[in-house]
Amino acid sequence: MRSGLIAQKVGMTHVFTAEGLQLPVTVLAVDSHVVAQRTNDKDGYTAVQLGFGEAKPKNVTKPLRGLFAKAKVEPKLNLVEFRVDDEALIEVGSELSATHFVEGQYVDVCGTSIGKGFAGAMKRHNFGGLRASHGVSISHRSHGSTGQCQFPGRVFKGKKMAGHMGATRVTIQNLTVVSVDSERNLVLVKGSVPGHDTGWVRITDAVKKSAPKGVPMPAGIKGSVSASEEA
Amino acid sequence: MNLIQELEQEQIAKLTESKEIPDFKAGDNLRVHVRITEGTRSRVQIYEGLCIARKNRSIGSSFTVRKLSGSEGVERVFTLYSPILEKIEVVRRGRVRRAKLYYLRGRTGKAARIKEKADWMNKKASK
Repeated sequence: MRSGLIAQKVGMTHVFTAEGLQLPVTVLAVDSHVVAQRTNDKDGYTAVQLGFGEAKPKNVTKPLRGLFAKAKVEPKLNLVEFRVDDEALIEVGSELSATHFVEGQYVDVCGTSIGKGFAGAMKRHNFGGLRASHGVSISHRSHGSTGQCQFPGRVFKGKKMAGHMGATRVTIQNLTVVSVDSERNLVLVKGSVPGHDTGWVRITDAVKKSAPKGVPMPAGIKGSVSASEEA
Repeated sequence: MNLIQELEQEQIAKLTESKEIPDFKAGDNLRVHVRITEGTRSRVQIYEGLCIARKNRSIGSSFTVRKLSGSEGVERVFTLYSPILEKIEVVRRGRVRRAKLYYLRGRTGKAARIKEKADWMNKKASK
């Protein structure tokens, strides 16, 4: 298992393929530095800790400043961990590049969906609502009945009702990587990804598809020649 | 210019490298050369008709061409920068006062006429 990447959603656009197909793509700007490692000896599991975003040093706590100083990276906005195999551990301090992924491979993208606030049952659970006429008054968008009769005499747990919608962690699986821009550190994936523009997303190899040959191991690191370019 | 616009401009520059897109508007008659791939063979088909709308959205720009096939009106929407368009020719320039000529959909024959822009051939030649 390789590490994933953290990227910022830039926005959506189209891309034309050579056959003349017009694909909808989301542009993701990769921004990930390796800050620390978790090893079997010390922590009982293996993972890499990535930092992303830019933070003012004055807003970073002293212990974190120590961590960044040790890794020799600029102070970061936030940290995340990716579980990896032993051989996929990445050297602390290296910057991951968009060439971590190759064209045509499948990835999973995970982000925080756009918050919809307190939403009714029609919007939140795709309920049908009530009729437009035939005696329905002021409740055209309501959810209708919530249960049975004196028995069971209560509303079952998990009943779909109105409530807070969105702003949750959402993963979209099996998105195709349309192209990779190593210069600007961009990954273009086909389709949409959760969250608003400038939101942060996690990109990982798709769990339900086998990774193609030629993906850089342990990772695509900026400044080094990636495996796909060597081949 | 933001990053998305930059990417779109780059793509447009690449797609228009080997072909020129003429300046045309709604009201102009166009000949659109479309590459059609059937299995392994590909050929060029010409679709000729009146441009009734243009949508300008950077890489997502498109235009609608209306023609009469038999007596049935047919409209086809092309994406302006699509690589399947080999060439766009302007056959005739019309003088119209609207950007979108959807009113032509209900009309046929004499009522669907569009006046030709005066002197457009000569102006093009002098340029």
